[in-house]
Amino acid sequence: MGIELAPQQTVLHDMDELSFTDSELDYHVRNALKAAVQGDCDSYNQLVAVIHHKERLVPEEVALLMTCLKALTGAVSCMHIVHHRSLLAAIFGMSLWNYGTDVMDALVELLISLAASSGQYVDLCLEMLVTNFMPPSSSSTYFIELLKQPRGIDKKHQVLDRVHSTFQDIANLVPLSPLRLEKIVRDRMPNIYTKEPFIVMYVENMLTLESGAAGKLVGGSMLVAIMDRLIDLDVEIAWDDILQDDFSKGIFDMELEDLEGFSDHVQQDGDELTRESLMQRFFGGNLVAEKLDSLLVLTFEHLESCSGSGRLIQVFETLLQSFQKTVLTAYKSKFAQFVMFYACSLDPENCGKMFVSTLVNIFVSGVSPAWRMSAVAYLASYLSRAKFVAPSFVAATLESLVNWCFDYCNKQDGDINPRAHKIFYSGCQAIMYVLCFRMRSIISVPRLRSQLLLMRIEDILRHPLKPLEVCLPSIVEEFLRLAKRNRIFSVPDTFVDYGMLESELSRAFGGIERLDTFFPFDPYLLRKSDRFIRPNFVYWSMVRNSYYEDDEDESASDEDIAEAGISIADDISVDEGDAHLDEFDYALDKMSITPRDSSTKFGGRIQGFVQMPSKIRPSTSPESL
Amino acid sequence: MEGLKESEANLVVYLHPSMAKCVNDAILRELSSLLFTYSETFDGVVLAYDPNVRSNLAKILPGIHPYLGVRLKAKLLLFSPKPNMLLEGEVVKISRQSIHAVILGFSSAVIADEDIRDEFKYKVKHGKEVFVSRHHKKHKIKVGTMIRFLVKSFDEEILHISGSLVAVHTGCARWLDANLEEWSQADRANAQQPKLFVGMILILIFAEALALYGLIVGIILSSRAGQSRAD
Repeated sequence: MGIELAPQQTVLHDMDELSFTDSELDYHVRNALKAAVQGDCDSYNQLVAVIHHKERLVPEEVALLMTCLKALTGAVSCMHIVHHRSLLAAIFGMSLWNYGTDVMDALVELLISLAASSGQYVDLCLEMLVTNFMPPSSSSTYFIELLKQPRGIDKKHQVLDRVHSTFQDIANLVPLSPLRLEKIVRDRMPNIYTKEPFIVMYVENMLTLESGAAGKLVGGSMLVAIMDRLIDLDVEIAWDDILQDDFSKGIFDMELEDLEGFSDHVQQDGDELTRESLMQRFFGGNLVAEKLDSLLVLTFEHLESCSGSGRLIQVFETLLQSFQKTVLTAYKSKFAQFVMFYACSLDPENCGKMFVSTLVNIFVSGVSPAWRMSAVAYLASYLSRAKFVAPSFVAATLESLVNWCFDYCNKQDGDINPRAHKIFYSGCQAIMYVLCFRMRSIISVPRLRSQLLLMRIEDILRHPLKPLEVCLPSIVEEFLRLAKRNRIFSVPDTFVDYGMLESELSRAFGGIERLDTFFPFDPYLLRKSDRFIRPNFVYWSMVRNSYYEDDEDESASDEDIAEAGISIADDISVDEGDAHLDEFDYALDKMSITPRDSSTKFGGRIQGFVQMPSKIRPSTSPESL
Repeated sequence: MEGLKESEANLVVYLHPSMAKCVNDAILRELSSLLFTYSETFDGVVLAYDPNVRSNLAKILPGIHPYLGVRLKAKLLLFSPKPNMLLEGEVVKISRQSIHAVILGFSSAVIADEDIRDEFKYKVKHGKEVFVSRHHKKHKIKVGTMIRFLVKSFDEEILHISGSLVAVHTGCARWLDANLEEWSQADRANAQQPKLFVGMILILIFAEALALYGLIVGIILSSRAGQSRAD
């Protein structure tokens, strides 16, 4: 028989002879396996040699391999895990990526029958399939190049379709296999240092599992593992990579302009810093950021498809639990929380409200103070930045926040004390931040305007605990300016630190983690996934334009001091070295109260501001100089 | 079905102090972690539980985390197949070399071809694979049939059973239930040897005929004897 002889030449010769029936082959293979148990390994070794042969197979060798695999499928009950170690190792060492579809099908059939025949092989089969989520590492460069071409994409679909349908077939025969699969997939998840195409492909497979037939069983832990990985990548991106900006500017000035199109630049003097080039500069060479970007694109697309198939709410519940465990407690995560933002944008009624109510609960009745402050920061940032949140909902949530703060300060009779009442101060800051963004939209609806007026915001702000002095000065300043302009509240005029971003007191209540300057949903800086977030995001420029567009004429006189916050130094330079000098000059400038010649800028350059990205500044701001 | 048993267990469940407010939920969560795993203490796979907490008092363990030990009695449904037990399950796949079935929806069973008795022959009918008995054409095993088989071995880690269809009272459960009641054990043995049965009937008939002849001869002889006495 053909198999008995050495594989290379004689196989070709014998394949021309009579074709062998399936039962003859079965019989031969079984004999080979049984003989190997006894100790006679000749035929057995030839069998192993055929399986190992994988380089550049000619069609006859492919046919031989396929017949061997099919015969083995029938002889599975004769296999022994110890005596046939080398054969099993050869089988599990095969990678579907190296072969054509015929061999893939035969191999997959063999795996299914192995898994069903005995419990010992189930884990091994599942592990081999999970390893096939990615191309074999030995020829990784070849496959990375191949995957950029259409035939590479075809190959990927062939392999992955077979892998996932095999999971399904094994689950039909061995009902408990999804539990083992879940554990194996989690354990084998690539770490954050793996090359980008591999980690992206693995996560893509995890998401396919989540939306597949076994999704109900394994989906939850897949999502949790993906969120964990996103946070790991997020934490790897250092803050100094992102910004070198001027800490003395106001929080609201530091925001990137929302340029409508990249070609719409109003001419500017000095360097032109478009958003695109800033992103490129900060993230161009940063591998971790690119990985995170691609993974976020995958996640957003998956959420979109979940929403299309109506599963978004269940998926969101899992995400929300994961958020509370990992994202909320991570130290200032930068981008991972946008997963929640996007999910809420797909379904504001259910998911958005669930998100907000969870955050309010954590703030009002949570246990750890840091998490409560973090939760209210998320809440404030979300309510301000989400375009899809209705003003009435914002007003209702604000009311609950205000009521909590009001009850709190009624029980206190002490004086200003940032550390002791940090939760209260963070709540006040959140209220002011939300109102900075949403005042206009709330006031424009008469019912909400009266609701706003009935809230006890003035009482809170006038309380001896003096939140206006403790909270972040730039926010306070903006809030007061808006309050005065819209004639909503009457608040004291006297306060210090115009134009300063932060003060000693705000640092004190923020603590070591600087939760006073934590605005989680600040403008998004990752390039590829930006297109998902942009349509739903409120930029400060959009809001501010709506406030100031009626008041261009009044700008010069009473706004001179406040202007210092808005205007920008003419010679912003990208260079780090110069930036320090600029900050110094700028700080000197601010000490004077002569009005700057900002009318040209104010009226004419509303759209053309050249700005640095607004994000949370590094916590070591004064020391960084 | 053999292999299922109900037992009462006295358990102590240790709960983290943070669960002190929702003890019942915590107990259920702890017990649910036992499901579908083989436990040596209970000698079986826990399929269902019914806890009954008797008292409100719990012992507090000394240590870094003061765990609460709650005593309870629970009724447990256990599945513990032992060799030579008779089990039933639904067939999910048939191939020439094996029959695969799923027991109680979670445990997979495989019967290799050397454990299927020669009575069953593998056929492909209308594109579907089926095992048909040679003696009774109606006795078929195909995908979706409930089969009854004997346990050969049980892999406790993945809850995998290897079974055998060698014994006579194994096969398609519905056919066995319908047809086995009409036959006693001995006749079943006879019924499996139809040639012997026919031979026995023939001998019975001939013996009866012979006996009839003997009866006629006897009557004639006795009547002749009666006649000569009368003379």
